[in-house]
Amino acid sequence: MSGYQGKKNIPRITSDRLLVKGAKIVNDDQSFLADIYMEDGVIKQIGDNLIVPGGVKIIEAHGRMVMPGGIDVHTRFQMPDRGMVSADDFYQGTKAALAGGTTMIIDHVVPEPGVSLVAAFKQWREWADSKSCCDYSLHVDITSWNTGTQEEMETLVKDHGVNSFLVYLAYKDVFQLSDSQIYEVLSVIRDLGAIAQVHAENGDIIAEEQRRILELGITGPEGHVLSRPEEVEAEAVNRAVTIANQTNCPLYITKVMSKSAADVIALARKKGAVVYGEPISASLGTDGTHYWSKNWAKAASYVTSPPLSPDPTTPDYLNSLLSCGDLQVTGSAHCTFQTSQRAIGKDDFTLIPEGTNGTEERMSLIWGQMCGEFDLTHFTQNPKIPVTGKMDENQFVAVTSTNAAKIFNVFPRKGRIAVGSDADLVLWDPDMTKIISAKTHNLAVEYNIFEGIEVRGGPVVVISQGKIVLEEGSLHPTEGCGRYISRKPFSDHVYKRIKARSRLTELRGVPRGHYDGPVCEVTVTPKMMSTVSSVKTSPAKQQQQQQQQQQQQQQVGPQPVRNLHQSSFSLSGAQTDDNIPRRSTQRIVAPPGGKANITNLG
Amino acid sequence: ERERKSPPFNHLRMHPFSEGVSALQIYCMKEGVKDVCIPDLIKLLDILGDNGNLRNEEQVAIIQASTVLSLAEKWIQQIEGTEASLHQKMMDLEIEMEMFCKQKGYLEEELDYRKQALDQAYMQIQELEATLYNALQQDKVIKYGEPLDELQKDELRTAVEKLRRQMLRKSREYDCQILQERMELLHQAHQRIRDLEDKTEIQRRQIKDLEEKVVCQLGDLVCDCSVIYFLDDCGTMCVAVAARVITSVTAVSGSTMAERRGNWDKAEDDLPVYLARPGTADQVPRQKYGGLFCNIEGAFESKTIDFDALSVGQRGSRTPRTARRETGQEARSPDSDRKISPVEESPTASKQGGKHSPRVEFSTNGSIEVLQNLGDEKSERLLVKGGRIVNDDQSFHADIYMEDGIIKQIGDNLIVPGGVKTIEANGKMVIPGGIDIHTHFQMPYRGTTTVDDFAQGSKAALAGGTTMIVDHVIPDPGCSLMEAYDQWRQWADEKSCCDYALHVDITHWNDSVKQEVESLIKEKGVNSFQVYMAYKDYYQMSNSELYDIFSFLAERGGIAEVHAENGEIIAEEQARMLQMGITGPEGHVLSRPEELEAEAVFRAITIASQTNCPLYVTRVMSKSAADIISQARKRGNVVFGEPITASLGTDGTHYWSKNWAKAASFVTSPPLSPDPTTPDYLNTMLSSGDLSVTGSAHCTFSVAQKAIGKDDFTQIPEGVNGVEERMSLIWDKAVTTGKMDENMFVAVTSTNAAKILNLYPRKGRIAVGSDADLVIWDTDSIRTITAKTHNSAAEYNIFEGMELRGAPQAVICQGKIVVEEGTLHVVSGVGRFIPCSAFPDFAYKRIKARKQLAVLRAVPRGMYDGPVSEFSMSRGGTPSASARTSPTKQPSRNLHHSGFSLAGNPAQCGPTIPDDIPIRPAGRRIVVPPGGRSNITSLS
Repeated sequence: MSGYQGKKNIPRITSDRLLVKGAKIVNDDQSFLADIYMEDGVIKQIGDNLIVPGGVKIIEAHGRMVMPGGIDVHTRFQMPDRGMVSADDFYQGTKAALAGGTTMIIDHVVPEPGVSLVAAFKQWREWADSKSCCDYSLHVDITSWNTGTQEEMETLVKDHGVNSFLVYLAYKDVFQLSDSQIYEVLSVIRDLGAIAQVHAENGDIIAEEQRRILELGITGPEGHVLSRPEEVEAEAVNRAVTIANQTNCPLYITKVMSKSAADVIALARKKGAVVYGEPISASLGTDGTHYWSKNWAKAASYVTSPPLSPDPTTPDYLNSLLSCGDLQVTGSAHCTFQTSQRAIGKDDFTLIPEGTNGTEERMSLIWGQMCGEFDLTHFTQNPKIPVTGKMDENQFVAVTSTNAAKIFNVFPRKGRIAVGSDADLVLWDPDMTKIISAKTHNLAVEYNIFEGIEVRGGPVVVISQGKIVLEEGSLHPTEGCGRYISRKPFSDHVYKRIKARSRLTELRGVPRGHYDGPVCEVTVTPKMMSTVSSVKTSPAKQQQQQQQQQQQQQQVGPQPVRNLHQSSFSLSGAQTDDNIPRRSTQRIVAPPGGKANITNLG
Repeated sequence: ERERKSPPFNHLRMHPFSEGVSALQIYCMKEGVKDVCIPDLIKLLDILGDNGNLRNEEQVAIIQASTVLSLAEKWIQQIEGTEASLHQKMMDLEIEMEMFCKQKGYLEEELDYRKQALDQAYMQIQELEATLYNALQQDKVIKYGEPLDELQKDELRTAVEKLRRQMLRKSREYDCQILQERMELLHQAHQRIRDLEDKTEIQRRQIKDLEEKVVCQLGDLVCDCSVIYFLDDCGTMCVAVAARVITSVTAVSGSTMAERRGNWDKAEDDLPVYLARPGTADQVPRQKYGGLFCNIEGAFESKTIDFDALSVGQRGSRTPRTARRETGQEARSPDSDRKISPVEESPTASKQGGKHSPRVEFSTNGSIEVLQNLGDEKSERLLVKGGRIVNDDQSFHADIYMEDGIIKQIGDNLIVPGGVKTIEANGKMVIPGGIDIHTHFQMPYRGTTTVDDFAQGSKAALAGGTTMIVDHVIPDPGCSLMEAYDQWRQWADEKSCCDYALHVDITHWNDSVKQEVESLIKEKGVNSFQVYMAYKDYYQMSNSELYDIFSFLAERGGIAEVHAENGEIIAEEQARMLQMGITGPEGHVLSRPEELEAEAVFRAITIASQTNCPLYVTRVMSKSAADIISQARKRGNVVFGEPITASLGTDGTHYWSKNWAKAASFVTSPPLSPDPTTPDYLNTMLSSGDLSVTGSAHCTFSVAQKAIGKDDFTQIPEGVNGVEERMSLIWDKAVTTGKMDENMFVAVTSTNAAKILNLYPRKGRIAVGSDADLVIWDTDSIRTITAKTHNSAAEYNIFEGMELRGAPQAVICQGKIVVEEGTLHVVSGVGRFIPCSAFPDFAYKRIKARKQLAVLRAVPRGMYDGPVSEFSMSRGGTPSASARTSPTKQPSRNLHHSGFSLAGNPAQCGPTIPDDIPIRPAGRRIVVPPGGRSNITSLS
């Protein structure tokens, strides 16, 4: 591609050299007026009166905003589910993403439980490389935890540029991991320098609730939200935060769908935990009242998990948290299914494939819902459009692009307009209005969950890899040109704090002398030990102890009962069988207050 | 002998109430009123009433008096009726008793007969012996004329021995037979006696009730009487009426008691004679009669017969044996032989027998003694004067009169019977006795037991002002809950000095446990069950099991208690600590950080709120856990938090103590928080009502027991003391600092616990009819906690050196003074089990209301009739049947059964309830359903 010369001047496809003139460059920290010159998909110069070679395509921005292209941190294009594949494949999906101003997506690799992570990763690479129209990267989901998994994760991090892994607290008996497994996964992730993502819902409770709801005869999509109450999400978030804190691992909560879950995250951040929360287009743009729609197909199209909250104030609340920085990044969790695919759950809501659309609408929704300069005149003209002024343009860039780039360690290559960054730009028109509808969207599905919502603000021009892909409303994506962006571990944004903490939290024992007082006998009753090998410790430890005990017992005889033939009495103070526990009596030696023979003070 | 045994009933019935003479009776005696005719009295009153000269009050008084009189008449009639029927019953009983005595007589005759037969048999044996001896001698003379040589002697001896054994066996068999027959008869007799006893017991109780009622009403009567006291004659007569009522009542009850006493006495008396250790009374007494043939091992221990002296050729030694037999018989009849030690056998036999059978005392000491005994056992009457009663809602000055362990009256200037012990409270606070809702007394732990058993523990509790404890039953995983419950009941019944109730811990979960839980709730008086979220692989329950248990308990009206800690992470952390080489008690707190507790509390609350079950979080040890409980309460969840003495009084910095034993003594889980501001914070939460009750989680181990984990902190047995210090500590930390008032103090130490256990207002409140469990609280006394003076058996006290203000000055438990002036008089085993019933109002009123609200309804829709994708049920070869549901629920797609129907509204579509479904709020601008592609669904 670099072989092309500007002279050929077939701008739509071939032009590598681009000049954006008179733009207001919006980064997450500041906005300023400057021109941008890019070549070979990289920004080469920024400034006024740039000296550029001839034959350059020039885009006149006329003082409109130019911002870094959006990064959609959570998509599931072409996801296999029970023999089906989600409706939008990588081509369709990335096309929609570009149409919405998103120039990079990060997709989830979902290996079947028991299948090699690396194999699944390669499969996804293959799919995406052949079809993707924009740069992409991949998260890998840990769907089962066994001995080989750890090495595979290591391989992925070291050789394949993956620095984020998702674990599931939901989907009992399928993807769900137990608390101890998650503890172990998180420890491994911390050691690898990656980021732990969590799908936070209590799968055990959900399974019980689903059974109950079905027993009640509720089989429609409303059962989905009834069986997954908000509390269950908040509980799992809380648990994940706790485990992450214990393991000193950075945590990233995918799909924050409810107020209470967001609150838990905000609270944890206040306590200093390294936690990031990702609300998605759906939770920011609509609510869960639609589950009660009389139209089954419509109700089913909202099915995702965690479900949309039936509380209609949720989107507004999440937007506020996003504005104030309690939630940091936005994804779309784009995972669409045709109505006919959804219909496999027509008699049982638990079978409905889960996922909503949102990759195309994400940027506009966030802008239109709550962003932009507060323009009173505009507001009076179009009172229906809520321009709440919660967030400024810089914060908008931060939540749609920069934060994601920082967390996943692709900053400043992505997420910033700077010399040397990738030429992924969006020329944003804050005044453009649009009514979202399934008729006009770039997706393959029949339903759009944001149907009828009028949004303000949208991309006028989208430049991806230094090429114009959207101009004057027409989309020119190139199938298969998307590159895999490999991500390095130990992202600064995340791990600076973690590293400092791991130095701090070194634990030390108290130096003490050996306890030399009497020790009570423990009879290892077969009943207690038959059910389990240990009371509190891990099996390995317990075995050691049991061995020790057995050794002790062997010294005395088979049972630690009082042996009348072998007197333990000796005239010298030291006794031959000090290690044999004496019989316990009340108030064996003396006590509180000071006879030093209970312990040696070290 | 038999005469001596038949109990002299007649003495008893004469003077039943010599002590319990009421004030009224005394008055009557003084006035010389013997009998009153009520109609006459009424007439008299009528005349007085006719007399128009009376003032209004007087007339009112007269009317009242006449009402009272007519009432009294009615009562008397009632009482007389009952008396008559009781007499009838007593007669019957007596007849039965006589019959029984006769039976006994027969039995004894039979016995004598058998004995005679036996003696005859012995005689025969002796004769045989003699003949044998003679024959042998003759043999000797005839055959050899010289002494037998050694060999022959041996042969002879073995022959004799053999013979002797044979005889002995025979006689033993014979004996066995006799004994068995006797045992059977005895069993029958004993059964009969028990029945009789029960019957009399029931009667006695009836009379008791009646008496109570009458006495209570008589109180009113007396008041009335005092109003009309100015009417001389009338007043006197009224009093006399009252007196007569009392007399008749007491007569009835007295006689019944005496009757019961007699019966009981008889039973007691009969017991030792016939049922002398029924299980073991086989040949032991028979050994005495072994004579020549007795060579059983150990037989010599219980007798002085010298068998060597009985050897061949020394026949003269038979005489002592016969003498022995006589004394033996003598001793046998009044009592079992085995009770008499060989040393003091003959001279002290009768004395011993007397000691064992109260009947002897009975006849000699007469009825007064008996009644005093009864009084001691049953009705302790106490009056607390001049105290300030503090309940959880208000405080007021009043006197309290209690009787039979129950508060009978509260008020000023109470009229109480004479002979009442009075305690002058001098304005001090009188509070309901504390309820320690969480103890682990006598808890078995890997073959050892906690050092404080029920006796020691409840003694410490009483010393600290706690008059009721609730202990945890911990069945081993896999064992029956019911068996464990019975075991704990047995331990506690034997030893407990105060009333108690039980929680049962659910350590595993399956259908049989379910049934056991149900029957525990319904039949055994347990309404709270604890589950563990910690102790991985041992007690820990999974989330699904928790869900199941909670929903089960919610249906049955139980309270779910949780030990909230994330066991899985703890297990991981523990392994990590040990790897790092941290083996001391500090590892305990490092491996169980506060967050894990908070996380588990959060989870438990979530599950409980899903299942609509009231939740009780035991042992709130950290700020964050308390915060989460408080938040949940603000959201409206039914959650109760229980901080314990340790978390309210001390912190976890001691885990880093250089003294291992000290550090280990603080080990409990969840651990004490190392944050030194925690106790203060928890006290504040307790004062504000965010935490509801306090327990002690008293579970003490000796240093030697703790030392099991000297090289590995995970092996240290967990538990701290606190039952004795609880009340004082809360008073000192919360009340003297001004965080809570005395009423709140009562609420958190006693009332709330009683409400949760559904024992309110029997416990946890000072009110008429409540149990007489009181504490007179001295707000000013200061004492220093130390292991040297505490009542627990542990060597360490985690509150060592703490100065606490506020202590119980007197403690009254079951109507008896157990702590007085710092001295403890406890009786082990008097504690009663207090059954708790299900559905406590305190928790379930809200739950019930919610249950009605939380009915879920489906949305009525038409059948989906659009295209359906093919899909495979298996996911990539994994055996798991379904993505999200349990395998059993999996509705496999039936291709033969199409949902398509030509009629728009198929029959299986549920009932249409269009009005009740939640209507989507108009908030979002949903303009139209997309494009109206009506082929996707058919709208019903």
